[in-house]
Amino acid sequence: MSSHSNAKHKERMTLADEIEELTGINPLKCYQCGKCSAGCPVRIFMKVSPNKVVRLVQLGLDDEALKSETIWMCAGCLTCSTRCPQNFDLAKFMDALKEIAIKKGVITRKDILKFHKAFLKQIEANGKAFEFGLIRDYKLATFNLFQDMDIAPEMFFKGKIKLFPHKIKNRDAIKKIFDKANKE
Amino acid sequence: MMRIGVFVCHCGENIGKTVDCPTVAKEAIKLPNVVYSIDYKYMCSDPGQNMIKQAIAEHKLNAVVVASCSPHMHEKTFRKACAQAGLNPYMCEIANVREHCSWVHDNVEEATKKAVDLIRMTVERIKFNFPLSEIKVPITKKALVIGGGISGIQAALDIAGAGFKVILVEKEPSIGGHMSQLSETFPTLDCSQCILTPRMVEAYQHPNIKLYTYSEVDNVDGFIGNFKVTIRKKARSVKENLCTGCGLCVQKCPIKKAPSEFDEGLANRPAIYVPFPQAVPNIPVIDRTVCTFFKTGKCQMCKKVCGRDAIDFEQKDELITEDVGAIIVATGYKLYKIDKKSKDAAVKGYGEYGYGKYKDVIDGLQFERIASASGPTAGEILRPSDKKQPKKVVFIQCVGSRDPSKGFEYCSKICCMYTAKHAMLYKHKVHDGEAYVFYMDIRAGGKGYDEFVRRAIEEDHVKYIRGRVSRVYEKKGKYIVKGEDTISGVPVEIEADMVVLATAIVAQPEAAKLAQTLGIPYDKYGFYAEVHPKLRPVESSSGGIFLAGACQSPRDIPESVAMASAAASKALVLFGNEMLEREPIVAKVNENTCVGCFYCKKVCAYNAIELKEIKDKKGNLVKVVASVNTGLCQGCGTCNATCPSKSIELIGFNDEQIFYQIKAL
Amino acid sequence: MDIGYYPGCSLTGTAKEYDQSIRRVFSELGINLVELDDWSCCGATSAHATNHLLSVALPARNLSLAKKQGLKEIFIPCAACYNRFVVAKYEMEKNPGLKKRVEEMIEEKADTDIGIVNMVEMFQRIDKELILAKRQKELKGFKVAAYYGCLLVRPNSITQFDDAEMPTSMEEIIKLTGAEPVDWNFKVECCGASHSITNMNVVLTLSKRIIDDAAENGAEAIIVACPMCHSNLDMRQRNISKQDSQHKNMPILYLSELIGLSLGLDKESLGLGLHFTDTEPVLSRFSTAIVAKE
Repeated sequence: MSSHSNAKHKERMTLADEIEELTGINPLKCYQCGKCSAGCPVRIFMKVSPNKVVRLVQLGLDDEALKSETIWMCAGCLTCSTRCPQNFDLAKFMDALKEIAIKKGVITRKDILKFHKAFLKQIEANGKAFEFGLIRDYKLATFNLFQDMDIAPEMFFKGKIKLFPHKIKNRDAIKKIFDKANKE
Repeated sequence: MMRIGVFVCHCGENIGKTVDCPTVAKEAIKLPNVVYSIDYKYMCSDPGQNMIKQAIAEHKLNAVVVASCSPHMHEKTFRKACAQAGLNPYMCEIANVREHCSWVHDNVEEATKKAVDLIRMTVERIKFNFPLSEIKVPITKKALVIGGGISGIQAALDIAGAGFKVILVEKEPSIGGHMSQLSETFPTLDCSQCILTPRMVEAYQHPNIKLYTYSEVDNVDGFIGNFKVTIRKKARSVKENLCTGCGLCVQKCPIKKAPSEFDEGLANRPAIYVPFPQAVPNIPVIDRTVCTFFKTGKCQMCKKVCGRDAIDFEQKDELITEDVGAIIVATGYKLYKIDKKSKDAAVKGYGEYGYGKYKDVIDGLQFERIASASGPTAGEILRPSDKKQPKKVVFIQCVGSRDPSKGFEYCSKICCMYTAKHAMLYKHKVHDGEAYVFYMDIRAGGKGYDEFVRRAIEEDHVKYIRGRVSRVYEKKGKYIVKGEDTISGVPVEIEADMVVLATAIVAQPEAAKLAQTLGIPYDKYGFYAEVHPKLRPVESSSGGIFLAGACQSPRDIPESVAMASAAASKALVLFGNEMLEREPIVAKVNENTCVGCFYCKKVCAYNAIELKEIKDKKGNLVKVVASVNTGLCQGCGTCNATCPSKSIELIGFNDEQIFYQIKAL
Repeated sequence: MDIGYYPGCSLTGTAKEYDQSIRRVFSELGINLVELDDWSCCGATSAHATNHLLSVALPARNLSLAKKQGLKEIFIPCAACYNRFVVAKYEMEKNPGLKKRVEEMIEEKADTDIGIVNMVEMFQRIDKELILAKRQKELKGFKVAAYYGCLLVRPNSITQFDDAEMPTSMEEIIKLTGAEPVDWNFKVECCGASHSITNMNVVLTLSKRIIDDAAENGAEAIIVACPMCHSNLDMRQRNISKQDSQHKNMPILYLSELIGLSLGLDKESLGLGLHFTDTEPVLSRFSTAIVAKE
């Protein structure tokens, strides 16, 4: 039996326990070969390598793991999960770390979280993504006002961005899904 | 009248902690026919055994029940003690109160009760025991060695050296195995062929060794001491007794482009060929799949040039039977290939390393050929694609090993060492070259092994990078190797000229088939299973069949040779006896009631049921009944349980014994 | 042949031309796309990166809509949506507890027996002979790179589509147009789509590497089957040009557009005018001469 699953009886759950509960992934499965980091397309943009984040969790250095920018930089391309010799789904592991970090309010890349929030807000309201609303909300939230100003007008004229959202009929159903998901 | 003694062992704390042994002894004496009982701390010790011997004499015991550990452990000990006291050893039975009781319970009261129950059952059973004597079978003092690599050669030489005959069977045209392909050997860097070829010649010339090359074992019947083996001598298309090995046919063969197995596809050979110059025997073979004559009916060049008329296109496979008493399996290994496998295969290929499509991404054996003086480049390090000297070589370890996702969970054991050797050889030959090794752990546990790896790092400046490589791809004639140095936490990208993959050691593709022919167990990877990993590492569970070398698990040369000598000594232990004694626990047919349905034959896993004709006085056939070959029967009892007319009993485990044992519960 | 159709949000906006070309091409090939009524967003990266339950529940709602509307299979042209659906299905099948929680969220029975079909698989189902028979134009000798990106082939154990490292199925479809798919290195490399807005530098670096490798291997266009890949490679080339004056524009076409062009459909109806990087180099390479079928 792995040591951390024994630890479930302790009062405080470790990060490893939380991840295992959320994803079914045993963090001790990782044998630190580094193949994930070696193939990660965004590795060059990370200070802490992906395998090191797993190591931090294995060592119980929970704060360091949650605070690492790496978890936010993960592009979710699944290259690591696909090539891992131990069948360790690292992309899912990174998602779980973000989810826990959000719950604990430890957000190293607030801008990325703001983007996700802005995106989900549109879905919650309309049932579908709405680019104009998303960009507007994201820009207001991050004060990153001028990015993509060059392509925006053309997108608008090509009909790729609309000023008003498509709304689905049964928005109630979506609202309920969000309410319940946020309650968990 | 049955006078039974019960001996209760504490096994130190093993039993004594959970079972109240003195109480058990007191309860046992109350059982009918039990005339003596006692408990003792270690019944298997000398004083313990003496207690049994004394009690047999003093109390005129004619049956002994020992309540102790599993019969697997000490049944022999106690039966021997009984025999020394003049009691038939099969009048001694074990009640297992350790594995079946103390180890699996923690409540003392309940466990004590259960121990008494187990003893009562054994007491009831032993009342139906009767004296048995061991079965004696003759032994054919000749061995079969399957596989002519270094393990097989070593085993054959040892047995032959002890004065016994050996049949050595090799499926390739020459003996020598993988070792003949290697350049130098770790950790001493001595030339592989230089140390191997004398052994090959010795085996060939040894008067006690009969060599069958280009041959396979088709069938094995019989049992320990008495095997009957059918060997298929494949058609070589060359008459061995006429050929002088002059090599003219090989020179003149117009087919030049068949990939050479010996050179791992890095060079070509003709259709008629000798695998390598030092081949034993030095007799060519025709590869009928590429030979023009066999494809079109024309050519016959080899036949025309042969001065001895040794070419025989008509030659057929020949079946030869040999009687042997012991078999040594030394069939070796193969290297895992990274090519694309079928979608449902358990083992996958490595698409991230190119599925084998890059010419300069080679495996360890290919590198051996490149580094070998007898290889396609005469030992000069040149890459296969353009025959240029690579200035940067990346070695990647654990390809397919320690990889449950794509390959195998196990460690292939020898790769750390041979990779260090490869990198070192490369640096010795290409002084301005750079060698990189990607590794996960360096496993160099062996005499002089770690020192060897340190030498590669410290003196030959091989750059070791701890991490698995994620991808290799070709870009403008270079191979981009993407890795991460997990020690510094820095991504690494190397533009290599050549990449050498230390691919996993895997079982021979035909390993499972041969195991079934021999009746020996194998694991899920196809490696043959030993009886006990520590105490009986070279014995298969089938009597008289022993294991040597990498057919059992990945092994290097020193280990393979040691294992081969160990297997040979096991065969010699067998040959040291005139007759083979074995337990009398075998099935027995009641010929009066047997109706000849032969369900028993169908279920017998050991082919021990034979047909026996019953004739009347005039010689007319009355009926055919089942008969047990006591040499083959393992006493498993399956036939006994299957027989619809209750005509087979298992001696020592007959129906009465089992019935009263259960009834006593 | 009828099949359910889930365009996904991108195809109603930034990837309008993908939707247009799909509708045109499949109607030409006799396939009736039945758009899922009242479909909603799959949640995309933002859901799975922040809330696992949500990321399963959003596709699950659509799956049960499909069931109610009598659809046995849905065609999902967006690789990202496709992936979210396949993964959600797989996770619910594997984890009955999760399925139960999702059912409570969507207040419906969650259906995991609806088939999910991606863009390449759609073309694989159509008789090659039919496409060849309807072909009006040919791209003889035109070299293209088939780009799969991440989410069609990964995780391969779940999508079960082609090969995770060296897929070839898109090439087989492309060959029907007469074009020559090139062998290149980055067909399954990530373009960084999820950082499209938050980390443009990431996207530019990754997209440039992809386009460069395609060009180095002789490709004159890249063919995609994902709106995320398309918007990164197509729209972001302007930014790449700004950073690298040597950059040569590479037309990025959807697989459906390429097939549509070879079927003789006009570029306007396929939405080629909506691209940011000029597609004229491809159009000019189509020859009208087709050898008469025997």
